[in-house]
Amino acid sequence: MKTITLTIDEKTVEATEGEMLLWVALDNDIYIPNLCALKARPLPDANCRLCWVDIEGRSAPVTACNEPVYNGMVVKTGTERVVRLQQTALELILSTHPVDCGRCGKNKRCELQKIARHLRTKLKQKRLRDISKRLPIDSSHSLFSYDPNKCVLCGRCIWVCKEEQKVGTLHFAYRGFAMVVTAFGGAPLGEADCTMCGRCVEVCPVGSLIFKNAEK
Amino acid sequence: MNRGTKTAVLQNFAAIKGRALEAWQRSREGEDPCILIGTATCGLAAGALEVFKAFEEAAAAKNVRVHVIPVGCMGHCYAEPLVVIRKPDFVPVLYGKVTPTMAGTLVKQCLVENNFVPELVLAALEENEFLPSIADFPRFARESRLILRNAGMINPEEIMDYIACGGYDGFVRAMQMAPEEVIDVVRRSGLRGLGGAGYPTGKKWEICRNGSAALKYVICNADEGDPGSFSDRALIESNPHLLLEGILIAAYAVGAQSGYFYVRNEYPLAVKRMRTAIRQAREIGLLGGEILGSDVCFDLTVFEGSGAFVCGEETALIRSIEGERGMPRHRPPYPATVGLKGAPTLIDNVKTMAHVPGIVTGGADEFASIGTGSSKGTAVFAVAGKINNAGLVEVAMGTPLKEVVFEICGGIPRGKSKAKAFKAIQIGGPSGGCIPEQFLDTPIDFDSLQEPGAMMGSGGMVVLDEDDCMVEVARYFLDFTQKESCGKCTFCRVGTRQLLTILEDITKGVGRSEDIDLLVELSEDIKGGALCGLGKTAPNPVLTTIKYFRHEYEAHIARKCCPAMMCRDLIAYYIVPEKCERSCDVCVGSCPTEAIYTAKHRIKAIDQEKCVKCAACMEVCPPEYDAIVKFSPADTVPPAPPRIEEKE
Repeated sequence: MKTITLTIDEKTVEATEGEMLLWVALDNDIYIPNLCALKARPLPDANCRLCWVDIEGRSAPVTACNEPVYNGMVVKTGTERVVRLQQTALELILSTHPVDCGRCGKNKRCELQKIARHLRTKLKQKRLRDISKRLPIDSSHSLFSYDPNKCVLCGRCIWVCKEEQKVGTLHFAYRGFAMVVTAFGGAPLGEADCTMCGRCVEVCPVGSLIFKNAEK
Repeated sequence: MNRGTKTAVLQNFAAIKGRALEAWQRSREGEDPCILIGTATCGLAAGALEVFKAFEEAAAAKNVRVHVIPVGCMGHCYAEPLVVIRKPDFVPVLYGKVTPTMAGTLVKQCLVENNFVPELVLAALEENEFLPSIADFPRFARESRLILRNAGMINPEEIMDYIACGGYDGFVRAMQMAPEEVIDVVRRSGLRGLGGAGYPTGKKWEICRNGSAALKYVICNADEGDPGSFSDRALIESNPHLLLEGILIAAYAVGAQSGYFYVRNEYPLAVKRMRTAIRQAREIGLLGGEILGSDVCFDLTVFEGSGAFVCGEETALIRSIEGERGMPRHRPPYPATVGLKGAPTLIDNVKTMAHVPGIVTGGADEFASIGTGSSKGTAVFAVAGKINNAGLVEVAMGTPLKEVVFEICGGIPRGKSKAKAFKAIQIGGPSGGCIPEQFLDTPIDFDSLQEPGAMMGSGGMVVLDEDDCMVEVARYFLDFTQKESCGKCTFCRVGTRQLLTILEDITKGVGRSEDIDLLVELSEDIKGGALCGLGKTAPNPVLTTIKYFRHEYEAHIARKCCPAMMCRDLIAYYIVPEKCERSCDVCVGSCPTEAIYTAKHRIKAIDQEKCVKCAACMEVCPPEYDAIVKFSPADTVPPAPPRIEEKE
């Protein structure tokens, strides 16, 4: 594997050619907001639309999770148009996400809080309509509870369950705004075929899937 | 392929073609007259099946020998069911809006007594001394029919009909060339993808051809799902072999051995006719192994999609065939390099494939001579909405929009008591935009349509008149896209839902003053931020309606007024006392909520509390009175005269 150098925000970093830009940046302590990325995943899903960067020679911002790095690549992570897309993506997610951090088990470890802090923006947004779904919380599982309202539909839990653990209990169901993560046939997670590995909870970037002993 | 095999292919095909021509002569040019009846979905919906039976029964009753042949759609939806009668001693004659009763009359008059019943004739198909011919009608004369040429003329369920009309000549010719030469012909023709994006077809074929994998696929994308678009369906139902031939040529050119025809299962007739076409082609050795005695093999499978709009996006389509949720993925890699099951996969739209046989037969230069600098050939549009002659229209690229709307399709229908004004053309479906009057001179081609903010899309064209509210039009399309979003990416899943919520507020009169700017900002971000084409283009209806009809948005928000009088929450119905004909009670009976009552002098009036604004009274009020009018804002409606208590 060939080692190459690229520049991210004026900082010269070394990386292996073909590695995805998002991981190169994160490994070099340059934060780029992200929710859906998982390093082990061979094909990045690119669904959260947060890891925008500007790359020299490209006409519009691109997502860093599926940009292979090359020698001489020049990347900027904080241009005006990049921040605008990140800000809007975050606002869109928050317009469906109940912001109740004080009572959330993920408080202070939540990726949304981290992204908001990075973008120097508030979690309580006012520009868009509040379109939260108000679905019932599923606490049927002995190990963890699942709040579909807090879910950002990043698909990390589904991927670890299916591809890493080879279990395949979790799936997406429905489409568009109605899309949810659920077990087959919408069964309560406590009744679903689960091996209790807890990986889905570990990779959840927000407080949607949360161990019961961590709940406040 | 060596020279001997090439000769064998030619000989084998010549034998088939000989049989086809014989059959054609018997049924179409023989001593017995023939009757062609349009039996695509549009014709069937208008009663073509009953007409078909009526012709057969009438002919049997009169003891007339005649070939009654089901054909596809000529594109004239406004005149379905369409029937062509050809007698050996006269030119073929076209009849429109034929009923079973008319069928009986036509058999008696036309076939037995030799009277063409001129009052029922739409036009003769060829020029003659007795009847007006189609050349006199702009709808026929100004169209350039390349892929629709045989639609409505041949039996879509009979491969020999297609072969007799020159079908599979292109494929046989392609087999005489090297695959690279075929690609070169397509490249030089300037054909671009007619599914919406307009990517150069030859270039795509070349990329797929150059893929090193041994296994390759060809997919024909027939997942037509735009509201208002039906061109792919009509084409499949009318001439499935044309598509099959296009796919065969594509497969030969890129080196694919198997392929899929991806069609939505809401098109049952299209599915059936395509399956029949595949079976027939297999039976005579045009599909399967050792095609026409050569070493070329290719087989095609019909894959029925489950009706998700997003599966028209090529990566979602591939996922769907693979048995996964139909969700698009990031491109590159494009399917031409990494597609179905990881193999190089050529995906072309129905209309693109349909052009291929003609290009190979007629040559690249002939095709390139039609159209404009950057857009060659023809465009097929499904014209619907407020238009006199709705249906399928095939015009040369570069034809001005105005010509399609006002000349070929006959303009805007009159209202009850006055002419209606043109307002806009919604072109390209949910991904397209609304083009206002000042752009009516825009030539139809890939690039010109982008200037006013629309796009070619997959061929839907909805004509809007003064009674259509542009905020409502935007809301309608956003309602569609947000339902059809796969839900994968943030900008599309939540962004389109936000747009819809804001538009709903505006149409209900609860929009906020900052909403127009918010819609624009959010739309721009969705365009830049969404993962796939569906999301990136979803805001176009919003952006173009704001750009050209901002005053309508402003009226809704600032004055709670719908200028087109369409948004129910912002209008009120009123019966003008001076116009109301006292002895007429027709509106009373039409009202589903008993909101209409009798006032003094037996004049009718509307109780606004009970009125659900369904417009039923307005529709039934006889045009000579035309007493019912709408007011917007709703509170500007004059007070209704008091109710008269009925005498006991």
